[in-house]
Amino acid sequence: MASIEQSLKEIMNWVDDRLPVTETYEKHMSKYWAPKNFNLWYIFGVLAFVVLVNQLLTGIWLTMSYVPTGEGAFASVEYIMRDVEYGWMLRYMHSTGASAFFVVVYLHMFRGLLYGSYQKPRELIWVFGMLIYLALMAEGFFGYLLPWGNMSYWGAQVIVSLAGAIPVVGDDLMVWVRGDFNMSGVTLNRFFALHVVLVPIVLLVLVVLHILALHEVGSNNPDGVDIKKHLDEDGRPLDGIQFHPYYTIGHDLPAIILFLFIFCAVMFFYPDGGGYFIEHPNYEPADPLKTPELIAPVWYYTPFYSMLRAATFPLFGMTAKFWGLVVMAGAIAILFVVPWLDRSPVKSMRYKGWGSKISLTLFIIAFFILGYLGTVHPTPGRTLLAQICTAIYFGFFLFMPWYTSVEKTKPVPDRVTMK
Amino acid sequence: MNKRLITLLLVILPGMAFAAGGGYPLDHMTPNLDDKASLQRGAQTYMNYCLGCHSLQYQRYKRTAEDLEIPESLMLEHMVFDPDTKIGDLIENNMSKENAKFWFGAAPPDLTLHSNLKGGPDWLYTYLRTFYEDDSRPLGVNNLVFENVGMPHVLAGLQGRQVRPECMQVPRLASNGGIVRDPITIEIVTEEKCGADVLEAGHYPLVKIEGTGSMTTDEYDTLVYDLANFMYYVGEPARIDRTRIGVYVLLFLAFFYVFALLLGREYEKEFHK
Repeated sequence: MASIEQSLKEIMNWVDDRLPVTETYEKHMSKYWAPKNFNLWYIFGVLAFVVLVNQLLTGIWLTMSYVPTGEGAFASVEYIMRDVEYGWMLRYMHSTGASAFFVVVYLHMFRGLLYGSYQKPRELIWVFGMLIYLALMAEGFFGYLLPWGNMSYWGAQVIVSLAGAIPVVGDDLMVWVRGDFNMSGVTLNRFFALHVVLVPIVLLVLVVLHILALHEVGSNNPDGVDIKKHLDEDGRPLDGIQFHPYYTIGHDLPAIILFLFIFCAVMFFYPDGGGYFIEHPNYEPADPLKTPELIAPVWYYTPFYSMLRAATFPLFGMTAKFWGLVVMAGAIAILFVVPWLDRSPVKSMRYKGWGSKISLTLFIIAFFILGYLGTVHPTPGRTLLAQICTAIYFGFFLFMPWYTSVEKTKPVPDRVTMK
Repeated sequence: MNKRLITLLLVILPGMAFAAGGGYPLDHMTPNLDDKASLQRGAQTYMNYCLGCHSLQYQRYKRTAEDLEIPESLMLEHMVFDPDTKIGDLIENNMSKENAKFWFGAAPPDLTLHSNLKGGPDWLYTYLRTFYEDDSRPLGVNNLVFENVGMPHVLAGLQGRQVRPECMQVPRLASNGGIVRDPITIEIVTEEKCGADVLEAGHYPLVKIEGTGSMTTDEYDTLVYDLANFMYYVGEPARIDRTRIGVYVLLFLAFFYVFALLLGREYEKEFHK
């Protein structure tokens, strides 16, 4: 036995002399000190990783049977659903995974806002995270066209036509994006290439950067306390604990199983999410001559779709559609600069004042209402409500430098609190 | 402020109802994929009355035979009409799209995914029972669910003829929604409603001409139920496997969770040192 151990050690040493395997493992896993006071909100990063792996694996297997052409795409999806062994499971894992991805990412982002995880020195982590979110939106958008159902077609048609609202170059830009004068098989092919090759590579690179940046400065925690201030004689944070195995097995494993339970409950029993994950009009093939009664994007885009539709009047000689595009792009862009908008001396919502607490609550309510409004037909009343909520959405960010600097904050404890 | 709150509630509350859409209220049916006899009868009706125009081009005979527990030889003998068709073939028909469009104005769509498209079997279940005679239409029939439909009432020989009288006697409804009865004779009090008012008041506006059709109303309803049940199956044949496997997966995860939690607790102790 001893000799086997000995030779394994020698092999490892040989590798380590040439590639820092042990060093990397220790830095990111067994000697990465995470604060001891993580709560439930800190699980969604790991869950996002689990879903990412699910999407990559099921995606690869779906590609094996999918036909990326205007003539064959729709039928090939049904072929996967009926004739490929467990094809239905692969497809539902992928389609439910898309929605699950956004659920966990939204919760992950909310955690960041709640505990000020974007504050100095973690600005870059937040920016990389936002780039991941942006890439994810692109990935979802390109992917939704691939089943070539009627909602795929018209949803993509609506979003691509937004480019047409840009003055001067709009029309040419639309043709350039589609590769055709209309949505067609050409568009489908390029969206397929982007969905399975380009965006996943970008996503993976960004995820690596997100984690590298995180492990460089260390994790924030619900108290917003810097655990590196109190070290023991070996230089280890007193309030920290090794990420592996204490978080990976102690916290993450049960949480992942709980998540999978919910995920599988949806995937096996409500795979179309009541028409929100797979919309009913997507059960007929793309038809340029037949517009669905209501074109609604999948639920994870609906808050932004609502803001797009909330711009109803032309301004400065530009069309309402153009301003809608500006509002929608602005709504996403403004998230990037949150680290520089928050002027609070404290990180966590636990110690921030009423101004921050009320603003965040209103922001979340407005975001939910916008999300709902994006799934239904607009009426004058609903449009007004969407405009109010859009104002609240932007108000949350634009007034942040003010309310975070004038409000009275509570004193932050020296060490983390275990609740 | 109050107004805004009310607007907000008005916007949020009816949210889930949007799937219903406008038009005639659909009759609800509960599909049952365990009732193989019903599915077999539905398949039989489909092959005899529907397939001529509406293909099931994503579904195969073999898969259908397996799932519905029909022996392949019986399937080939009684449900496959083209001698060149093999058991592993897709369920297609020989109507050309060009001819179909010329005959009906629009080519009859493939119906493999019809039940999913309509969000369930209720639409078909109601649609096939609400044809009525209408001389203004090219094929002499109209439909309550699908107004000005281009399809003839293929099942009229079974159901019989239904007409939609301009005016009809309907039970009078009290303000609480109940039926008004005469206090002395206890007979239902009726009133005359005309045109769109009949439907608006919540009454079925069609009347069957007695003595037409080879089936009673109950028999016909069962036939349509079986057909809609079969269509529900064809929309997603994997549904049978999906719900069966799903139960085992959830049981496994629940079981696994207990042990993961117990293991996690051991590591948890380290947090409080």
